[in-house]
Amino acid sequence: MLGYTIRRLLALVPVLLGLTVIVFAIMAMIPGDPATAILGSYATPENVARLNRELGLDRPLVEQYFIWLGNLAHGDLGRSYSLNRPVLDEVLERFSATLVLAGAALVLCTVFGLLIGIWTAARQYGLVDRVLTFVVLVGISIPSFWLGLLLILLFAVRLRWLPASGMQAIYGGGGLGDLAAHLVLPATTLAVVATGVIARLTRSAMLEVLRQDFIRTARAKGLGEGRVLYGHAFRAALVAIIPVIGVQAGFVLGGAVYIETVFQWPGVGGMLVTAISTRDVLLVQGGVLVVAASYVLFNLLADLAQTWLDPRVQT
Amino acid sequence: MRPTRNRTRRLAVCLAALMAAAPLAEAQTPPGVLIVGQIAEPKSLDPHAVTAANDFRIVMNVYDGLVRYKDGTLEVEPALAESWEVSEDGTDYTFDLRDGVTFHDGTPLDAEAVKFNFDRMLDEDNPYHDTGPFPLSFFFSTVEEVEVVDADTVAFHLSEPYAPFLSNLAYTPGLIVSPAAVKEHGKDFGRHPVGTGPYRFEEWDANAKVVLTRNEDYWDGTPGLDAVVFRPLTDANTRVAEMLSGGIDLMVEVPPDNVATFDGNGFEMHEQAGPHLWFLILNTKDGPMADKRVRQAVNYAIDKQSLVENVLQGTADVAAGPIPPAFAWAYNADVAPYPFDPEKAAALLKEAGAEGAEVTFYVTEGGSGMLDPIPMGAAIQADLAKVGLDVKIETYEWNTFLAEVNPGLEGKADMAEMAWMTNDPDTLPYLALRTGAWPDEGGFNSGYYSNPEVDKLLEAARVSTDEAERAKLYKEMQVIVHDDAPWAFVANWKQNAATAESVSGFALQPSFFLLLKDVTKG
Repeated sequence: MLGYTIRRLLALVPVLLGLTVIVFAIMAMIPGDPATAILGSYATPENVARLNRELGLDRPLVEQYFIWLGNLAHGDLGRSYSLNRPVLDEVLERFSATLVLAGAALVLCTVFGLLIGIWTAARQYGLVDRVLTFVVLVGISIPSFWLGLLLILLFAVRLRWLPASGMQAIYGGGGLGDLAAHLVLPATTLAVVATGVIARLTRSAMLEVLRQDFIRTARAKGLGEGRVLYGHAFRAALVAIIPVIGVQAGFVLGGAVYIETVFQWPGVGGMLVTAISTRDVLLVQGGVLVVAASYVLFNLLADLAQTWLDPRVQT
Repeated sequence: MRPTRNRTRRLAVCLAALMAAAPLAEAQTPPGVLIVGQIAEPKSLDPHAVTAANDFRIVMNVYDGLVRYKDGTLEVEPALAESWEVSEDGTDYTFDLRDGVTFHDGTPLDAEAVKFNFDRMLDEDNPYHDTGPFPLSFFFSTVEEVEVVDADTVAFHLSEPYAPFLSNLAYTPGLIVSPAAVKEHGKDFGRHPVGTGPYRFEEWDANAKVVLTRNEDYWDGTPGLDAVVFRPLTDANTRVAEMLSGGIDLMVEVPPDNVATFDGNGFEMHEQAGPHLWFLILNTKDGPMADKRVRQAVNYAIDKQSLVENVLQGTADVAAGPIPPAFAWAYNADVAPYPFDPEKAAALLKEAGAEGAEVTFYVTEGGSGMLDPIPMGAAIQADLAKVGLDVKIETYEWNTFLAEVNPGLEGKADMAEMAWMTNDPDTLPYLALRTGAWPDEGGFNSGYYSNPEVDKLLEAARVSTDEAERAKLYKEMQVIVHDDAPWAFVANWKQNAATAESVSGFALQPSFFLLLKDVTKG
């Protein structure tokens, strides 16, 4: 298991390197450059040339890339020209905010997804099944940024129960309760689609297991339905469900881009959107690197969990 | 059935807990503290490093310049300099500095400090030049030397007469920073700003807030607020929701669709025309627009009143020419906007033999000062179709758009959307209408307009230090450019903002700066 983990981690290195080359190339290919973005109306060729020289962007592309790579080896991701601060500081700050949001959403979608999946499977074609399956379908189909706006309108503007945006109250904030209050709306919004996906897959995995002989045996032994469902069927179905949760973890990270914009959550998704529009190559590189690495790590974790549950998977 | 009931009870408890936590969210901000909803995270708070109106709103409250715009106008008045003299030939400006002004860090504002500011920006050999870059330093490209005459007197020597010099000093690159703070923080000065302004910098919590507090020792009277908090809210819908839910007290750039929401209902809407022009660059070099009659036809064919009322919902006025009315002293009120006259447009097109001509139109998705570029582009396309022009729209993201338009439209397009906000009537025509400003000469004349008469007027206005003389030259220029129609003049944006009921003493400025010194909050 340890060898397997190390092999997977080593395989990460070329993937990430390749990714940085691609990001660098794409950013170089799209028209417009940071100097033009900074200067806006005043971007005369003369001013652009002067600013590019001061930013070190007049050097050949390949040289720029290798300078960046050399600095990376020292743990230096460079300095963002649009934000005027080290990329590493910005990315770490932003990424921890994203992790809080995505983590909360992942907990929500896992708990509710599994519960709904189990309940609906246990009462196949019953009223609960039909109602919840319909709700899940609606949840999967609603565009999440739109749902986010509706939730803000209801809970922040009309009822004034929850804050509309941000991660912390501007005045007198900072506690855990404050963070939780700010988390409710964005985390719920972000979790809705993933909850639906997990619920549907849990339901079908459970239904498949429930048809098997050992379940009939368990029932024949006179076990209570609760024990049969949670103790036997769910444990067996989990092997099929875990990879789905792993994929959803990646999805939640990706979906955070829209949600962070709607809720003004200071995460890495919102940062990337701005960085691309200001052509801030180094900031884009730093952000993509961290998001990609975490995406791969999430999937690795899911794989490891699956292997642990069912050792046959590893080979 | 019991477990179900248990579950219901637990759910009810959770809900109750949630509602108990609710007052926390509702807590209003304390009186005396103004929360401003900004459109983005600031890039820097070094006034010499910033280029965006969003950043100007903060730095204008932390720093002062030698001069400033008089309240409600674009006319220059004394600020850190009490008075000044200009030499006969217009190349020497001598400023007498105000006594007893200190920076927020306690160091004195003197002639040495002023010299340090301009040397840092303009002299590549200055040891602190690497604390830049300073994108707008070309505002002072005519400054040859800054001389310390004595502690309270500083002189600027220019290489040639340059009329916009004073109004450039009132703009952000002319604001004065504390040399001691630059020396202490180096490249990070932009995150530790120190000036002489009405509010001093307190804290910058990245992506959450910038906090300023009152400068008790301000030279121009005690500022009205205990503190100002700037919040970055990039999404306009979120900004509106925060305003409605009481999370912010002042919101800038209210989207046209939401203006009605904030008119009354416990809010106040503010608007102010500014030095902004939204126009179409027409390609005068090749294609149908090379004919003056076709360009005039475009100006007649566009229903500008409808654009301003229906697309922009009253957040702009119809534009008449290349200089916005906000520059009251230089604006020629006798030049009226082209009336909406489709018949005349069709007749002009027929005369020019351009009926049914195919026209390529560059439209941007967004961008600084571009208002609502996609719906505006579509409305213009429809207006031009009615008079028989076959308009093909090509849409680009803003920076891509600039990379297409700035090198010139020749061989690519016949029209392109554009907008400018400036601080002097010289800037836009000088950089975008002269023959010497064609793209290959390093200017923004992407439509290759050329009229020797206009060139002469603009060159003369730039070197004249007599305002009445300059005004006369600009007024003449407007008549010619209006008739030549190198652009389709469409709209002058009115900047807007909404404030909560508790806020008083607030007014927008034609400079588009956000000045908060006299604002109070109950």
